[in-house]
Parts: sequence; structure tokens; C-alpha cells
Amino acid sequence: MIGGLTALLLFQLAGEVTARGLGLPVPGPVLGMVYLFLFLFLRERRTGKTVPQGLRQTAEGLLSHLGLLFVPAGVGVINGLAVLAANGAAIAVAIGVSTALALIVTAFTMQALDRPGTEGAGEAAGEGGGEAR
Amino acid sequence: MSRLFHLWVYLETTPLLGLTITLAVFLFATVAARRGATLLPAFPTLANPVLIAIILLVLFLEASGLSYAAYFQGAQYIHFLLGPATVALAVPLYDHLGEIRKALRALFPALLLGSATAAASAVVVAEALDAPRVVVLSLLPKSVTTPIAMGIADAVGGDPSLAAVFVLITGLTASLIALPLLRALGVRDFRALGFAAGVSGHGLATAEMFRHSAVAGAFGGLAIGLNGLATSLIVPLIARLFVPH
Repeated sequence: MIGGLTALLLFQLAGEVTARGLGLPVPGPVLGMVYLFLFLFLRERRTGKTVPQGLRQTAEGLLSHLGLLFVPAGVGVINGLAVLAANGAAIAVAIGVSTALALIVTAFTMQALDRPGTEGAGEAAGEGGGEAR
Repeated sequence: MSRLFHLWVYLETTPLLGLTITLAVFLFATVAARRGATLLPAFPTLANPVLIAIILLVLFLEASGLSYAAYFQGAQYIHFLLGPATVALAVPLYDHLGEIRKALRALFPALLLGSATAAASAVVVAEALDAPRVVVLSLLPKSVTTPIAMGIADAVGGDPSLAAVFVLITGLTASLIALPLLRALGVRDFRALGFAAGVSGHGLATAEMFRHSAVAGAFGGLAIGLNGLATSLIVPLIARLFVPH
């Protein structure tokens, strides 16, 4: 648990340091995710070991409560209430329509280009691996 | 009276209050969402714990007069965990590496089309409805994770804090409509569901995907990172094409 959290923070720190140090337009945590992914990949290649148990526990613990982590920033909507009230209809329709369109375009492009026959595999694995909650 | 006043002054300045109410309200919202899902079987996704918690906390701040800054003093400890949680997305990504490799050919066209659709359609609709220019420009990066969105909004002449609000509303919208909409249209593949949710609704919609399927969550996590990059490249172009000067 402590080891897992330390590992996550170390990768985040490495991500922040490179992102800010080099002035990259990527957030540090996203870069940290890339680093951790590469680490896991190279580790298995070299030693044949999979994800360390402590890291897996911490990561899955955090991700199963991912929604909670958005609440503090979400309450920040309180600072935008005036603009929202003045342009409520335009904003609601713009976000509603564009979100629905983006969902449809992304999902259908992916389904159209994906090899048929692999579809069932994704779903079966999804159901089997749905232990996140 | 003065003792109550001193108590309130203490509560306003300690992180204890913001931290505790966030957790308590979220626990309550989780239970309420579970109840609501059984009470309103027609709209199960409306019973979203994140949405309920945010509404309740906004009402609490409005009613009590506690400022957002004072609230955030405590809530920041939860907010901080978003960083390590983003890094943690590497674990499900790695677990599903085989499936991601298989879908690679489909991922990039889906990413680019989805990303462009999200930004362009928002701008076109908002302009058609006469939204002010700053609102239109701040809507452009609404589908990416907050820090990237704020940077992009700033770069194209929008308002970063307004962009953060739009990011939130978009994430909530996507987490509410992604599953019912795409399932009604016949999308059954959890990879496509998760990736679409991540492209259009970043981490908030991905969080919702993790509640249903680890595969969908992994593809959502992949989409957050990729869409951050894609949007920062595409949005300046769309701003030039679709927003009149």
C-alpha cells in the first residue's frame, strides 16, 4: 500500500519534472502514466514479472473511487454560476449535442474499423474483468 | 453567540470541514444513487453519485456562505489524489495491452474524428445560439482533462476558469448519457464504449466506465491521454476555421 502509493507519486513527480522542465504542453500526471506503463512493460520483458501486488492494490483502490476525486473540482462550478445563468440554454445545448455527437462518432468509427469477430472477446473480457466495483 | 461565531471561524479556517463534508456527502450520494437507481429504473444513470454530491455541496456552500476557497482548503486533499490516480491508469492499460494492440488500427481514426467532432460541433451550436465569444472559445477544449483544457482555452483566447466549468459539465453529461445512448444505438463492445466515453468525457466519464467494466475503463484511460494530445493540436485549427474574428 505504502509502496504502491510511493511508486505512483514517484512516477507523477518524474512526469511533472519533465513536463515543466521541458515546457511540454502535457500535464505531469499524464506523462507519469506513460512512464509507469513503460516501466511495467520493460519490467515484464526483462524479468517476466507482472504488476507488483502493492502497486496493483493501490492503483485499483484509487481507480474504484475515481468519481469521488472529481468532486472537489466539480464544486468549483459554483464560480461559474453567473455565466451559466446568463447563457444557460446555449451552453446546455452546445455541450449536450456535441457530447452526444462525439460519443457516437468515436464509438462507430472504432466499431467500423475494428476487425469483426473480436467484438465478442472485448465484451466477454469486460464482463469477466468488471471487478472495479 | 460569540462562541458560535468563534466555532464558525474555526470551521472556516480548518481543512477538517471541507474534507469531512466531501467524504460524508459522497457516501450519502452513493447510497442515494443506489436507491435512486431502483426507484427510477427508467433513468438509472441519472442516479450518479458524483452529480448528486456536487449538487448537494454547491447547495451547502450557497446556504452556509462558506467560500469555495475555504471549502477547497480541506477538499484539496481529495483533489490531490487525482494526480496519482491518473498515473494509476497505467495499470489497467497494461492489463489490457493485448486488446489495445488489436484495436490500434481503429483507435487513431476514432480519436481524431471524435476529438474534432467534440470541439467543432460545440462551437457551431454555441454560435448558432448567439453565445458570447469568450463562451464559444472556452467550449473548444471541454472534452479533455482539466489542466490541458485550461491551457488550451488560454492559448485560443478563452477563459481558463470557465473552460474548467465546461470540462466538468461535459464530463458529467458524458457519464450520464454514454451508456444509455450508445447501447440504444447498438454498441455492445466495451472497448468502443470506454474509448468513446474517454474521448468525449475525459476522466469523469472514464470513472463511470470503471463501474461497469475494467476493459471500458482501460480504454477510457487511454483516451484521456491521447485526446489531451489530439485536442491541443486540433483545437487551434478549429478555432481558426469555425470562430469568426
